[in-house]
Amino acid sequence: MITGRRAAVFSGWPVSAMAGLGIVVALVLAALLAPLISPGNPLDLASFNLADSEIPPRWVQGGDPRFLLGTDNQGRDMLSAILYGLRVSLLIGLGAVLAAATIGICLGLAAGYIGGRVDAAIMRFGDVILSFPTILLALLVAGLARALIPDSADPRLATLILIAAIAVHDWVQYARTVRAATMVESARDYVKAARVIGFSQPRIMFRHILPNVMSPVLVIATIHLAGAVLTEATLSFLGVGMPPTYPSLGTLIRIGNEFVFSGVWWIALFPALTLVILVLAVNLLGDFLRDRFNPKLRARQ
Amino acid sequence: MSTIPALSIRDLCVEYPRGDGTSLLAVDNVSLSIAPGEIHAVVGESGAGKTTIANALIGLIEKPGRVSGGEILISGRRLDVTTGRGDGIVLGRDIGVIFQDPMTSLNPVFTIEAQLTETMRHHLGLDAMEARRRAIALLNDVGIPEPERRLSNYPHQLSGGQRQRVVIACALSCGPKLLIADEPTTSLDVSVQAQILDLIRNLTIKRGLGVMLVTHNMGVVAESADSVTVMQRGKAVEQGPVAKVLNAPDHAYTRGLMAAVPRLGTRLPRFAVLDEELGAEAAEARRIIAERKSGSTQKNQGPLLEIQGLKVDYVTRGWLPGTKGRAFRAVDDVTFDVRPGEILGIVGESGSGKTTLANVIAGLVKPTAGTLRFEGQLVQGTGSRRSTSQALQMIFQDPYASLNPRMRVGSILAEPILFYKLAASSAEARADAALLLRAVGLEPEHADRFPFAFSGGQRQRISISRALAARPRLLICDEPTSSLDVSVQARILNLIKDLGASAGLTVILISHDLAVIRQMCDRVAVMKQGRMVELADAETLFSAPTHPYTKELIDLVPRIDRIGARIASAGEQA
Repeated sequence: MITGRRAAVFSGWPVSAMAGLGIVVALVLAALLAPLISPGNPLDLASFNLADSEIPPRWVQGGDPRFLLGTDNQGRDMLSAILYGLRVSLLIGLGAVLAAATIGICLGLAAGYIGGRVDAAIMRFGDVILSFPTILLALLVAGLARALIPDSADPRLATLILIAAIAVHDWVQYARTVRAATMVESARDYVKAARVIGFSQPRIMFRHILPNVMSPVLVIATIHLAGAVLTEATLSFLGVGMPPTYPSLGTLIRIGNEFVFSGVWWIALFPALTLVILVLAVNLLGDFLRDRFNPKLRARQ
Repeated sequence: MSTIPALSIRDLCVEYPRGDGTSLLAVDNVSLSIAPGEIHAVVGESGAGKTTIANALIGLIEKPGRVSGGEILISGRRLDVTTGRGDGIVLGRDIGVIFQDPMTSLNPVFTIEAQLTETMRHHLGLDAMEARRRAIALLNDVGIPEPERRLSNYPHQLSGGQRQRVVIACALSCGPKLLIADEPTTSLDVSVQAQILDLIRNLTIKRGLGVMLVTHNMGVVAESADSVTVMQRGKAVEQGPVAKVLNAPDHAYTRGLMAAVPRLGTRLPRFAVLDEELGAEAAEARRIIAERKSGSTQKNQGPLLEIQGLKVDYVTRGWLPGTKGRAFRAVDDVTFDVRPGEILGIVGESGSGKTTLANVIAGLVKPTAGTLRFEGQLVQGTGSRRSTSQALQMIFQDPYASLNPRMRVGSILAEPILFYKLAASSAEARADAALLLRAVGLEPEHADRFPFAFSGGQRQRISISRALAARPRLLICDEPTSSLDVSVQARILNLIKDLGASAGLTVILISHDLAVIRQMCDRVAVMKQGRMVELADAETLFSAPTHPYTKELIDLVPRIDRIGARIASAGEQA
């Protein structure tokens, strides 16, 4: 029964979407199970030895069977570092998407349903935010937080700061999309019916309109997930992200970048490849979901 | 007149494959023939396959549907049914098409001249000057004043009726012998509808056109067509001259269809509906609902609703923030009472302000001026009118938009019950919802389904039960049946009438359809351009209208008892 239903869910999925979903699931599992499956613990400074630094991948001449993908300049096993880095990158990506979507949905619903001055205020504020480049705004927020909060090198706090820095910019897209969809839905008779019954504004907004505007939000969320992971990597690359002792894909690429020209290519390459594959897979899935949830395309099927 | 028919269809079959390997016959062995100068109507309810026939003629069957058999001859020449092309037959030159909605069938970014001359230059190879000359002649033919000036207009600068005239001009531009009109007047007001039907009739005689008129309106068939094919589920159940089919139908389906059409003549107690019988359970549910009328059952015999000097302005925003643009007065100084227990009809053409009036009463739109008293109490704007909003519920026009697609029917019904604390627990609310479903003729099991699982008529029943859930005293119905088939319309109207009578509801029924108003209402108000021009008892209004506009409206409604009315008048003019 269950298998039958599952087959029905996936029937009609293109190969690219299936592949995207498979890769995303595999990478998320790898990140979740990192402490169990990774050969070493890159967070434990005592577990690695500077003498092992810059060992190339196993299949390259001079490789060491202990380190499948080689080691970095500190002697950390690259595979372990990537698995743990993936964990951080995904955590920040998901956190940022969740935060941005929550803020964006609430403001977008209010703007679209209440309209008038509320709408104008929210959307103009959003326009101001959008007039900053993503990275610039994120740098600003991360930099300010760093200056104001003494403990900001603490990995947990750094994670929160990064999430905030990314969400500050990304919510606008959700708000715009939700606002447009809300305006369309507000004009429909079921919303009028709810108003005639006498329901309160928040009840109509969250119980009646919200479920009907969620499909585009889900689509943007997948695409933003890839974007947020990239922004995190960029910020870490620029040195305002996670501390170097706490690997994320971005910090690993930054470290590797310093060694690329001295022939130590593997430190930058493998985290970068992981990042590319993750973003590509999420984007494939997002494209598919966008088509799937597009009511115009769906009606044609 | 030549003897070759303009259109001859033999044993046409169109099928749509279904997921499970079988296929649905949307058109099942239909044959018909249209002589030059003849208007042949194809009537039927939604899903009968009438539009599919029209689409097969112009090669517009949507994939995966396909023509699986039969042949089509246009002016004696065979059309390849699989491609919609045939030897020497060119769509647009030999077949003209008029679509339903004149608001969308013209391209908004091109001028009338561009759209009219494009086909002629393409098919007939005319130069720009010659095409323009012909375009002016065509616009003259379809009765558009000042054609030279109109050529440079864009579609939005024309009214709905004028646009439909332009669409007809486009269809006729290359001198086709066959015109396919798919619901050409469905989205138009009665006065415009009458003009367009006269125009099509005149052109048919003047140009010797064969016209296939697809419509669901039996009145239009009666007044305009020569012959008719009645379709039911893809089959042509009856065919023949209009007078014969409409006056003495052979087939039971045609008889049922004719009985369901609301008449303008005499008022019947109920619509005649095939196989309608109320189960004992439904009757019991109705009795229970009737008994528990909401809260303050008022004893005073004054009007339930008093509306005085009501005005509504829609103001467009100006170019600068804070400035005001043009104001449009949608409702202009309307004063009337609604008496308890009556069914009050409000009728008018589009733009007459009848829906705005309903929205003001329902609290969806704030009036610019005037007062509204419900049971003697002044109702303030739209906010904080909880007690009135419970007593006052509404049913909307489009059953596909008026139910939240993401909520189960059970929660849709239980929500207002719980909101107004009409049930102590959610289990009690669910029981109440089941009762409501019973009362409108649905099954309690339907509560677990989502709205998409229901047909238009069923959805409208759910809408009605939702409106009843709050136990209202006044029910506003805004065009409750205008998007439904006549047989479904008859059932829904019967339901509203029965529930109104048994639950002691007062009903305001808004419609553009005079025949529906005639059959349903005790008193009728006629609106024109925001003003209420006449308000009288239904009997008086329909037998002796005092306002000229009311007379005109009543006169223009296509009626099934006036067979050939338009043919005769067109014959006189020709």
